[in-house]
Amino acid sequence: MNNLDSKFGQYGGMYVPELLIPALDQLEQAFIDAQNDPDFQAEFMGLLKDYAGRPTAMTLSRNLVNNPKVKLYLKREDLLHGGAHKTNQVLGQALLTKRMGKTEVIAETGAGQHGVATALACALMGLKARIYMGAKDVERQAPNVFRMRLMGAEVIPVNAGSGTLKDAVNEAMRDWSANYDKAHYLLGTAAGPHPFPTIVREFHRMIGEETRAQIMEKEGRLPDAVVACVGGGSNAIGMFADFIDEPSVKLVGVEPAGKGLHTADHGAAICSGSKGILHGAFSYIMQDKDGQIEESYSVSAGLDYPAVGPQHAYLHDIGRAEYAAVTDEEALNAFQILAKKEGIIPALESAHALAHALNMADEAEDGTIIVLNLSGRGDKDLAHVHSILGEKL
Amino acid sequence: MSASKQRYAAMFEKLDAANQGAFVPFVMLGDPDKKTSFDIIKTLVDSGADALELGIPYSDPIADGPTIQNASIRALSNHITPQDCFDVVAQVREAYPDIPMGLLLYSNLVLARGLDNFYALAAHSGVDSILIADVPLREAARFIDVAEHHGIDQILIAPPNASDETLAEIGQKSTGYTYLLGRAGVTGAETAATIPASELIAKLTQYQVAPPLLGFGISKPEQVKEAINAGAAGAISGSATVNIIAENLSQPDVMLVKLGQFVKDMKAATAK
Repeated sequence: MNNLDSKFGQYGGMYVPELLIPALDQLEQAFIDAQNDPDFQAEFMGLLKDYAGRPTAMTLSRNLVNNPKVKLYLKREDLLHGGAHKTNQVLGQALLTKRMGKTEVIAETGAGQHGVATALACALMGLKARIYMGAKDVERQAPNVFRMRLMGAEVIPVNAGSGTLKDAVNEAMRDWSANYDKAHYLLGTAAGPHPFPTIVREFHRMIGEETRAQIMEKEGRLPDAVVACVGGGSNAIGMFADFIDEPSVKLVGVEPAGKGLHTADHGAAICSGSKGILHGAFSYIMQDKDGQIEESYSVSAGLDYPAVGPQHAYLHDIGRAEYAAVTDEEALNAFQILAKKEGIIPALESAHALAHALNMADEAEDGTIIVLNLSGRGDKDLAHVHSILGEKL
Repeated sequence: MSASKQRYAAMFEKLDAANQGAFVPFVMLGDPDKKTSFDIIKTLVDSGADALELGIPYSDPIADGPTIQNASIRALSNHITPQDCFDVVAQVREAYPDIPMGLLLYSNLVLARGLDNFYALAAHSGVDSILIADVPLREAARFIDVAEHHGIDQILIAPPNASDETLAEIGQKSTGYTYLLGRAGVTGAETAATIPASELIAKLTQYQVAPPLLGFGISKPEQVKEAINAGAAGAISGSATVNIIAENLSQPDVMLVKLGQFVKDMKAATAK
């Protein structure tokens, strides 16, 4: 039996082969022990501060909002080592790997951001990393492949299926089911089977905790809304976690609408998907009427995933969080606005959240305070955005 | 007891009397197409298969190695749907009223139709058992309830790393047969099964689990013999069977001859 809740309402669970249950139970126990171990916490906090650069800044935007009586703050996860929030939880899971006495790490990556984060954590901790990446993504994301290899990780292209993120997850799970004795599967988002959604949330919850402390210091009150992009949903759940029990704080998740929700080319599992099981969890997923998983699409590789973390599905159903979807075009527009008006180049993922936050700010009443989680920086997206915008810039 | 439950019981009784174990081949329904799939299954039964494990193609089969993944891809690229699979099953049932037939598939295909509806369709097509690769014991309760309601055996998996607690629970809940994993990892003939320790078989007996069939990595008659000698009630062979299909796609007649010979050789090894 599980020691922690394995479900969020009806969502989540452990829909994996029986073979993986002992490994997931071992991970759950190691996580519980670590959360109660002051030495583990001290080491984790020490790494976050001295290696990764926490706490990250919170910046009041100067030129983004037209109404001077509405404030939009940016929580600067883009300033974290590695260039995105992802570094938080990989450090936590890498420490858990060592705690379990395992020497190898298996991970999946789409655009390569989680792969890069995993590679840096494994380099630091002396763990052997092998990272599955769709063959198409290996081609599209050559700089990240080089980064991972530079830091000593093995990158394994996956040709099976569609050769993208979901196939990389499948392959990582297959590897894990043969090698759980010595390898930890370092899953990259708040999805997958229990206990991953809970572990990933807890290892990112400092995003919301810092935000609370910083906004209290600057404004003396909680924000009216926090906004974050949602692919699998890790940066969003990290921002939401500390505010779930504060009903005055609106929680807003922003999904990728790709070429539009009316087309087949999007990745908005909550806004436009249906309930089902993918990669070990019951949640909202993208599927056809027979239950075959459909390909997702987004201009932003980090949001290009045909499912969403189960806690988001739950927060949506109980009405605690609301989810919107933003198209490629709107995100690309917000990407340029932040660069031009604030001198910050955001990740395309975070640009989705920004696009929605700007709309919220436009419509907000005087006195409204919104915090946007700027989950990553945009250096990784420059070539891609350049190829799309070309001379239009 | 329903008619379906009787088919496994009758098979094990008959095999016991003949002093044999069971040989159970696995193929993917609709691989490579509906018509050939039926011809393949007919050949398996006519060549001596004691029961059938039949897959429904799925887009994201996390418990399968390349051989079974490719079988899914072949079927899906020929637009095979779960309904097509039920059609083939019904056709097989009509031709062979007594052979035990099990489905092996993934949970989302079941959920997409609704649990009750899916099991009703399966029962109506003549299916005896359902094994869902990504539903472990911990999530199995609601599936077992619906299965019982429709007279279908929910097959449970006993992995080599199972705790006593898990084996005891399988003992309480398993009907039909128990799928005994020959090794860790995913399906595939590339890595051979480890013949289970007599210790594990003794535990299975102690906890009174439904008769164990050894699967994962079974591709040779010697392995069938060893599995049965070690105390398994029989052996399941998937990837080795599917490999014959994959290697002979352009010559269906040769494929069927080779499949027939393979089943005969594997079946011959079940004599105790």
